[in-house]
Amino acid sequence: MLELHHIFKTYEGKPLLTDISFTVNAGETLCLLGASGSGKSTLLRMIAGLETPDSGSILFNGMDLASTPPHLRDFGLVFQDYSLFPHLNVNENVAFGLKMRRLPPQEITERAARSLKLVNLQGFERRRVTDLSGGEQQRVALARALAIRPRLLLFDEPLGALDKKLKDGLLEELRTILHRTQIPAIYVTHDQEEAFAIADRILILHEGHILRKGTPAEVWANPQSVYAAEFLGVGKVFDGVVMDGQNGNWKVSSEFGIFALDCGHEHSRGEKVHLLARPPKVQDEANVISSMVTDVIFQHDRYKVTFDNGLFVYLDEPPKIGEQFAARVRVECLS
Amino acid sequence: MPHALNHRDTETQRKNRFSVLSVSPWLKRIALWVLPLAFLAVFFFFPLSRILAFTLSPEAITAKNLPITASALLFTFYQAFLSTLLTLLLGFPSAVLFARFDFRGKSLLRALTAVPFMLPTVVVAAAFNSLLGQRGLLNTLITNYQLPTFTPSPFTLILLAHVFYNTTIVIRIAGTALSSLDPQLEQTARSLGADSLRVWTNVTLPLLRPSLLAASLLVFLFDFTSFGVILLLGGSQFATLEVEIYLQAVKFLNLPLAALLSTLQLLCTLIFSTLYSYLVTRNSYPLAPRSTQHPPRTFQQKLFVSTFCLLLSAFFLAPLASLPARSLFRLEADRGQRAQIQYGFTADYYTELFINRRGSIFYVPPIRAAFNSLAYASATVILSLLLGFPAAFALAKPTRLEKILDPLIMLPLGSSAVMLGLGFIITYGKWLTSPLLVPFAHTLVALPFVIRTLQPAIASIPDHLRQAASSLGASPLEVWKHIDLPILRRAALTAATFSFTVSLGEFGATLLIARPEYPTIPVAIERFLSQPGGLNYGQAMAMATLLMLITTASILLIEKFRPPSAGDF
Repeated sequence: MLELHHIFKTYEGKPLLTDISFTVNAGETLCLLGASGSGKSTLLRMIAGLETPDSGSILFNGMDLASTPPHLRDFGLVFQDYSLFPHLNVNENVAFGLKMRRLPPQEITERAARSLKLVNLQGFERRRVTDLSGGEQQRVALARALAIRPRLLLFDEPLGALDKKLKDGLLEELRTILHRTQIPAIYVTHDQEEAFAIADRILILHEGHILRKGTPAEVWANPQSVYAAEFLGVGKVFDGVVMDGQNGNWKVSSEFGIFALDCGHEHSRGEKVHLLARPPKVQDEANVISSMVTDVIFQHDRYKVTFDNGLFVYLDEPPKIGEQFAARVRVECLS
Repeated sequence: MPHALNHRDTETQRKNRFSVLSVSPWLKRIALWVLPLAFLAVFFFFPLSRILAFTLSPEAITAKNLPITASALLFTFYQAFLSTLLTLLLGFPSAVLFARFDFRGKSLLRALTAVPFMLPTVVVAAAFNSLLGQRGLLNTLITNYQLPTFTPSPFTLILLAHVFYNTTIVIRIAGTALSSLDPQLEQTARSLGADSLRVWTNVTLPLLRPSLLAASLLVFLFDFTSFGVILLLGGSQFATLEVEIYLQAVKFLNLPLAALLSTLQLLCTLIFSTLYSYLVTRNSYPLAPRSTQHPPRTFQQKLFVSTFCLLLSAFFLAPLASLPARSLFRLEADRGQRAQIQYGFTADYYTELFINRRGSIFYVPPIRAAFNSLAYASATVILSLLLGFPAAFALAKPTRLEKILDPLIMLPLGSSAVMLGLGFIITYGKWLTSPLLVPFAHTLVALPFVIRTLQPAIASIPDHLRQAASSLGASPLEVWKHIDLPILRRAALTAATFSFTVSLGEFGATLLIARPEYPTIPVAIERFLSQPGGLNYGQAMAMATLLMLITTASILLIEKFRPPSAGDF
């Protein structure tokens, strides 16, 4: 549906986005995940038509959008701070896009009502938007974007201003709505939990480059880069040196000991590699690293145990803080 | 431990020493208010009550007076409405220009548009006269080169001068609102299917409406009470309420009618200012300030920016430049040789100011007016600070008493200067021979500004600053010297300059009460302009130039010292 081809953009002489290409398929939610300054919002604004790329093209259903102004793109846009029109009430806000399309009043009323019902805000029609809570305001913004029956929904950190509990609730609703309406969506966030919760596919942006793309499970299982592994919090990243071995069976030495790694990469003796130590799956063949416990956090049905060297694992029976503990981890090679 | 005890001892001793000086807080409040309130009672409220009494007298509402009143009222509304409309026409696009675009020389151009607002009315009137008036640069040049004549009517000049004065209000109020409008609102509207035009009509303009209304109302208020510009550019045939009050009081000595007109005028300004405050407090939307300024990008934007930059620079520079130019440039038929127009640079108009000619319109060399002005201004500074400081101190920590007194203190701001003058004539007519009344009138006008400058500065000193100082060992006197004084010095200097500038430029009240032998600069300019002859005209230009220079220097001083917390007016 949506295709981006080799997008480049510089800001004040510095490259902001470098050679970005990806597609969003019908009914799919794609998450652009990255820290602030990674260029993710700029990318979203380009798709909305609010900014133009220096080079590259954006296509929708095979049609180049370069000459289509924002108001003719039929893309719904939802910002972090809602951007509700303060001079209009809830219903007028939701009906705004329909009014712009000069639909008959009957249809405007019906569609606005349906939109409000979709976000569970029946009965809020006449309320002033400034009197609503943050969560309610964001629902109005969502209803407003949905009312125009957009070809694509664009979310720019839509839940960034809400507290954790509200965020989780809205995230669930949003997922349901996206699933039910089958509208393709691009969801920009810096919060990996949010991204994993909503995305069909994740795209990690770092300094204007696409670092990793894949389903949440793929990305988590194989972050492929030091930045992605650390940003997602998959485990502890550390350096190692290849000592010996051959394809499929390498001996790597590190500050935590010598590990035998079975990775698909080509290495040579003496090569420096980045290693990742993460909590193992039950069936995994584990390595053991002994270190001092610095923190134990209760998490529902298990404990997250952190060590002084940055390692962490999940345990059912927690050790005491200050204890020396031999933790089972799985060591992988990132490069 | 003994050391600590010792310290405690001296602390109590200190406290005891000053507890002798401390008095009940109520007495303190009253002491602060005595002087300012007494001053206002004698010079404002009592004259005001006399004006009201005159208004209600049978001589006021007569068959002869009513048509004059009605036509003055109508004409005032008419000219104020037209002026406001024209001001919006120039001001709104300018507000868009400053709020939305970044370009070279922007802050300079913005400052230029703000200059007129602080200039005395006589200077603005003289400046427009020097450019477009009958004896102005443009007209004389046209006559000289026998080009098709182009003489804007006096009414056009009045409207232009009003636009010149008040455009900055629209730029400031509407521009601030526009630049604090969250750009995401407009972007959302676009994503919902609104094209540029409909974004304006459906989102931007509705959100700007309250501030546009507020700006229009404020401009209307200023145009409604305009006096100097109308009298000097139009003359007595353009009888607004203000001009008519002056004429009736001074020329026709019909004090009841003048009083009636004044009351009407006061009523109107009170209604407008109440409406304005209501608009400002009520109709505002919570907006997220975010920078939306960018260099012009499209061809239309570039065209708009360059056109308006040119237009604004020309409109605001031309009068300001032509005034000093005309004061140094001889453009007149020589005596006895009507056909020959002499022109060239000359300093005659300035040297003439120092000569006391027989048969001139003053009994003193005209430059005496400058000395009078400076003397009056100095007296006004001293008087207004003396009264303003205690009032500002009381208002900085308001109790219920201050909530009542605050609007009373600001009331003189709502009544026109001509009305203040009329009040003086009616009440203290027998003392009009004394030049002492003038600084009192000027203080009335300057006092609200002085208080509004000092009050936030005083209030901005948190009590715990003083407490911290005294905990570090400073006595109350030392606290005042090391904490209050350094912080207030800038505000006091600003207030002093404000009151100096107000006094220098004050025209309405002074024209009514100044003695002929004690003219001020604005009064002298008025007399020079109302006389025929190139020399008189040139001297008016020279004097106006001097006043413009002094005022500009004062404005620069204020801008330099103005504490960031000081409020707008």
